Amino acid sequence: MTAAISVRNLSKTYATGFSALKDVNLDVRRGEIFALLGPNGAGKTTLISTICGIVRPTAGTVEVCGHDISKNYRAARSSIGLVPQELTTDAFETPWNTVAFSRGLFGKPANPAHIEDLLKRLSLWDKKDTQIRRLSGGMKRRVMIAKALSHEPTVVFLDEPSAGVDVALRTSMWEQIRELRATGVTIILTTHYLEEAEEIADRIGVIRKGELILTEDKTDLMKKLGKKELVIDLYEAMNSTPPSLAPYAPALHADGRQIVFTYDDRNGGIPQLLAALNASNIRYKDLSTRQSSLEDIFIHLVGQP
Amino acid sequence: MNHRAIGAIFNFEINRARRTIGQSIISPVLSTILYFIVFGAAIGGRIDAIEGVSYGAFIVPGLIMQTVLAQSISLASFAIYFPRFSGTIYELLSAPVSFAEVVTGYVGAAAVKALTIGLIILATSFFFVPIEILHPFWMLAFLFLTCITFCLLGFIIGIWADGFEQLQMIPLLVITPLSFLGGSFYSIKMLPEFWQNVSLLNPVVYLVSAFRWSFYGTADVAVGISLAVILAFLCISLAVIAWIFKTGYRLRN
Ligand SMILES: Nc1ncnc2c1ncn2[C@@H]1O[C@H](COP(=O)(O)OP(=O)(O)OP(=O)(O)O)[C@@H](O)[C@H]1O
Ligand SMILES: [Mg+2]
Repeated sequence: MTAAISVRNLSKTYATGFSALKDVNLDVRRGEIFALLGPNGAGKTTLISTICGIVRPTAGTVEVCGHDISKNYRAARSSIGLVPQELTTDAFETPWNTVAFSRGLFGKPANPAHIEDLLKRLSLWDKKDTQIRRLSGGMKRRVMIAKALSHEPTVVFLDEPSAGVDVALRTSMWEQIRELRATGVTIILTTHYLEEAEEIADRIGVIRKGELILTEDKTDLMKKLGKKELVIDLYEAMNSTPPSLAPYAPALHADGRQIVFTYDDRNGGIPQLLAALNASNIRYKDLSTRQSSLEDIFIHLVGQP
Repeated sequence: MNHRAIGAIFNFEINRARRTIGQSIISPVLSTILYFIVFGAAIGGRIDAIEGVSYGAFIVPGLIMQTVLAQSISLASFAIYFPRFSGTIYELLSAPVSFAEVVTGYVGAAAVKALTIGLIILATSFFFVPIEILHPFWMLAFLFLTCITFCLLGFIIGIWADGFEQLQMIPLLVITPLSFLGGSFYSIKMLPEFWQNVSLLNPVVYLVSAFRWSFYGTADVAVGISLAVILAFLCISLAVIAWIFKTGYRLRN
């Protein structure tokens, strides 16, 4: 089966000469939740806008469900629902009308039952005939979600869905995103909240200065996250670690005064490492552990010049 | 073709007009009727008939044309400028619609609104001045062509404009003067020869002349030439629209 989204050598240079995307390659699998992380101005919105047809690529190709976004734009765009980052709504329209409009715009026959269902699930049913300008910000965002889902897309983009959404609502939104995936929909979201990515994403991509510098399964990333280091301060510096410690992949630091083990809970952890040290008659005066978080990994990745 | 998208845009725009009926329909009709009262009924009685048509009746076709022209431009330019301004254009750009479909939806709706305004003014004018329509088919044809052509021009302005000021600029600085000097209130044959020739550079002269001919059978410019000029204008507008489509001018980054 073809990927939901397949991006090849995509570059975007804006008219200002600013290069917002540099040779991006990405495959998003069908039915997964893909989280795109990156600092402000990294190019997340530009990437999404290009895939959705709002921004013209400078170079490269994009396919959505196997359809090229320029040669076969109708088929490609028909399968996409987009909730943009900015809150932009028809202030004087009602949720019902604006959602029905979106469905028509995407070429689908009117289906009041579907719209009713959508508005109810997004807790907008009692506001369906209220002018959108009289709704709260969080409600407006849900109207935009309803518009994006009006034509039953198979790929949904959520550009910072949790911006300005309160904590309780965020949790319920995660639930709805999972429900959406359960119906087979592929979801690509951007977020600045790492815990959000940890919570719902299947895979994570990190973008920095227009370059996609990492794409990984969340579980693999969590394994890295689960990795811990044990730092042993030695009495006497050593030139090399004894062969008996080789299975634990030790590393010497601080001119041989420190041994650092990377371990995780599955291979016995600290007790086993300490037992090995004792067995090799290595004396130490102190020990400490440290753990790198997704946050650290992220900052490390995006912080590079 | 995504006919549902055209329908969605069209209905959306017509609904918007219904919601704002006072501003979009009633106010242009009212202001034109005031002209009928002042120039037709009040002052008109003191002015001689022009080419056998009483002054009150003489100005009706020109006034209708002027209003329809101005409304076509303002309705169509606003319709496409506003989504650009508010940001809701993202949806049009990401939808499976062709540019031609977008134009058809917006220009079609604006043209229907402008046509409606023109017909309402025509209907009310019967109450104020004696009117006859010698060529009803051509009357409707010229009205229709004007609506389409200038809604296209309005659409182009709405895409070009980078602010509400620019949106108003062309109608105010170009269309209004041309429109007042377009022979609505006089026959250009009444002008000195030099100014007659200058007037022929004004496209509105051809619109008004042809439209008045469809009423009373008299024209400042031969009808065939007027028709050719209007059609040429239509073609130019379509060509500019096609160019915008090809380059994505002001729509896609
Ligand atoms: N229309 C434009 N013209 C010129 N430069 C642009 C344009 N749109 C975006 N940029 C630039 O491209 C870069 C990427 O912007 P983008 O909106 O894609 O970032 P982002 O990752 O979505 O950021 P954020 O987290 O703040 O939403 C930024 O430096 C921005 O200034
Ligand atoms: Mg963004």
